[in-house]
Amino acid sequence: MPISAPSRLFRTLALAATALLGLAAGPALRAGGKLNVVATTTDLAALATEVGGEKVAVTAIARGYQDPHFVEAKPSFLLNLRKADLVLAVGLELEVGWLPPLLNQCGNPKVQPSAPGYFDASRSAEILEIPSGPVSRAQGDVHPLGNPHYWLDPRNGARIAEALARKLAEMDPGDAAYFQGRLADFRRRLEAAEKRWDEAMKPYRGRKVVTYHRSWPNFTSRFGLQVADYVEPRPGIPPSPGHLVQLMGMMKREGIKVILVEPYFDLKTPQSVARETGAQVVVLMPSVGGNAETGDYLKLFDYDVDQLVKAFRAAK
Amino acid sequence: MLRATSILALTTACALRLSAQQPASPAQPGPAPGPAAPQDPEQLKALEARVRKLEAEAAAREATPPPRLGGAEGSASKSLNPDISVIGNLVASAGHDPVRPSDGLDLHEAEVALGAVVDPYSRGDVILSFGDGGAAVEEAYLTFNALPGGFVAKAGKLRAAFGKVNPAHTHNLAWTDRPLVTENLLGGEEGIADAGLSVSRILPAPGSLFLEATGEVYRGTSGDLFEARKKKDLTAVGHLKAYQDLTENTNLEIGLSYARGHNPAGEGLVTTLRGLDATLRWKPLLRSIYTSLLWRTEVVWSRREAPDGVRDAKGFYSSLDYRLDRRWTFGARVDRSERAEAPDLVDKGQSLLGTFWLSEFSQLRGQLKSTRYAGGAKGSEFRLQLVFLMGAHGAHPF
Repeated sequence: MPISAPSRLFRTLALAATALLGLAAGPALRAGGKLNVVATTTDLAALATEVGGEKVAVTAIARGYQDPHFVEAKPSFLLNLRKADLVLAVGLELEVGWLPPLLNQCGNPKVQPSAPGYFDASRSAEILEIPSGPVSRAQGDVHPLGNPHYWLDPRNGARIAEALARKLAEMDPGDAAYFQGRLADFRRRLEAAEKRWDEAMKPYRGRKVVTYHRSWPNFTSRFGLQVADYVEPRPGIPPSPGHLVQLMGMMKREGIKVILVEPYFDLKTPQSVARETGAQVVVLMPSVGGNAETGDYLKLFDYDVDQLVKAFRAAK
Repeated sequence: MLRATSILALTTACALRLSAQQPASPAQPGPAPGPAAPQDPEQLKALEARVRKLEAEAAAREATPPPRLGGAEGSASKSLNPDISVIGNLVASAGHDPVRPSDGLDLHEAEVALGAVVDPYSRGDVILSFGDGGAAVEEAYLTFNALPGGFVAKAGKLRAAFGKVNPAHTHNLAWTDRPLVTENLLGGEEGIADAGLSVSRILPAPGSLFLEATGEVYRGTSGDLFEARKKKDLTAVGHLKAYQDLTENTNLEIGLSYARGHNPAGEGLVTTLRGLDATLRWKPLLRSIYTSLLWRTEVVWSRREAPDGVRDAKGFYSSLDYRLDRRWTFGARVDRSERAEAPDLVDKGQSLLGTFWLSEFSQLRGQLKSTRYAGGAKGSEFRLQLVFLMGAHGAHPF
């Protein structure tokens, strides 16, 4: 008996629905007893590894050398997100262009922003540049909730690690002591490293620098540097010739010899400013994994402090 | 009276604390056991002073800020308002197009997008568009993103998941218009957009291959493409998406689409659409804001039943976009499409495009467009489009 078109359609749909339901058998299981953690950035991933050790399987979405504002919401990220027990986000709208659509599509109720498996690290960190007056995009791509580059202060790293230890213990109470032990060890190493960094930066406290983007307020305030101006006139707005002339005049007047640039910005403009003013361009790593030498959270600061010290020495 | 009582209480507390801190020495007889009020005014003063001192010390030790009294200021409903953004799309054109004439200057649309989490189970999105044709609900749907089994469901009015152009809003496209194949076979700018239900799920796949299946059912009336005469004249749409990262910077996406619904040509007459889309993207992560390349092609096959027989028509577009630097993108598009009602009639077109990004929130786009319609009519136009966004920062299109 020939099958009419509508009944054929119905049969196809019913088959498809049955197939889909069959695939839905059972929730995603934890990988080998480990908590699946997906961090939006390598820095949060590094902190989760410090605290979670071998009890967590951590992946990061953005690479350390990538502009975290402009990560693409690639479907391949969904493969990790749908199996995640915990998502770590920087928050403060840093990931606004790509994390919400990924979470919306991943089909994982555990990590939705209202669920316990969503961890916003900004809630445990000291946040700078929280706008107090009216906010508008005449100021560029401003972050109305405060500057999201807060992980670049090691004190915030310690605070986030502490909050992470609490969160991991909440999700895996059996290993709470393990997480506390690793946290204590991380804090010890971080404190020792901070002494080292402070010692190295001591001669240069109070120095003025220019940075490309507003990525460094936490870093510069922690190490006693002053940001005199930015290569970008406003966040996310490419520099105009007029702004650059003004910037170069100011740098000459103030004797500023260092321009800090993130690896994902083109060096042409900063280099021409540096040539005109006798300054040097220093590519600092804003994130873990920005290059081969910044493999973990402590190495990130080791590298950046080292680069700065070299630059300040050369500027003498 | 009140003062006497409070002094009594303070002294008692003080005596208890002192006895706890300093065990009474047997050489010095301690105070009589039990709370007894001292009678000597000097002794009372001294005790009062000690209470104050101890209290100050305790306060300094704890140094906790006083509790914040009262709730947050303002109206609670404001903090629960949806994110609002407004998108303007203004198009100016010079030249002429005899088949699809356009105004010299046209506020193509002003779109208002509202989005918020509705409850722990879903989020809502409503997109309203305003233009010369009046106001319309472009989309209004709930996304259930907390379903078990990895399913994501949408319910409401949606742009159907057929290919890549149909689900996209005009201002998110890389062009100022829609390709000829959309106009001829897929219902034009309105496309397949209808009230219905969509369910999608990521499918198991080998390696790092991403596979996602989407199944949708709609009311059945969508512009001049589909028309439901009866309740059961539903439209069904299916989409299978395969995505693979080839390298860190390059990825390939292939999609298969299917749609079936009743057409306006007569009762019981059906239009079936099949689509194939392919997208190749290259974007070096280290320089993603300065350079990228996107090639996209869609092919659509239409089978339209008419009272006098079945019409098979096909069409395609192929488009290439290259980002030259932070502010400039250049592109080209080739179009070719038969007409759904008359497959013998073939329209062809070519476009060159340049986009200047003033910022992430506004862009100016020029499109030089040449169309050769079936029957020999020629269109030749320069279109200039200004797109701007205000308000909430939405998702970057991918």
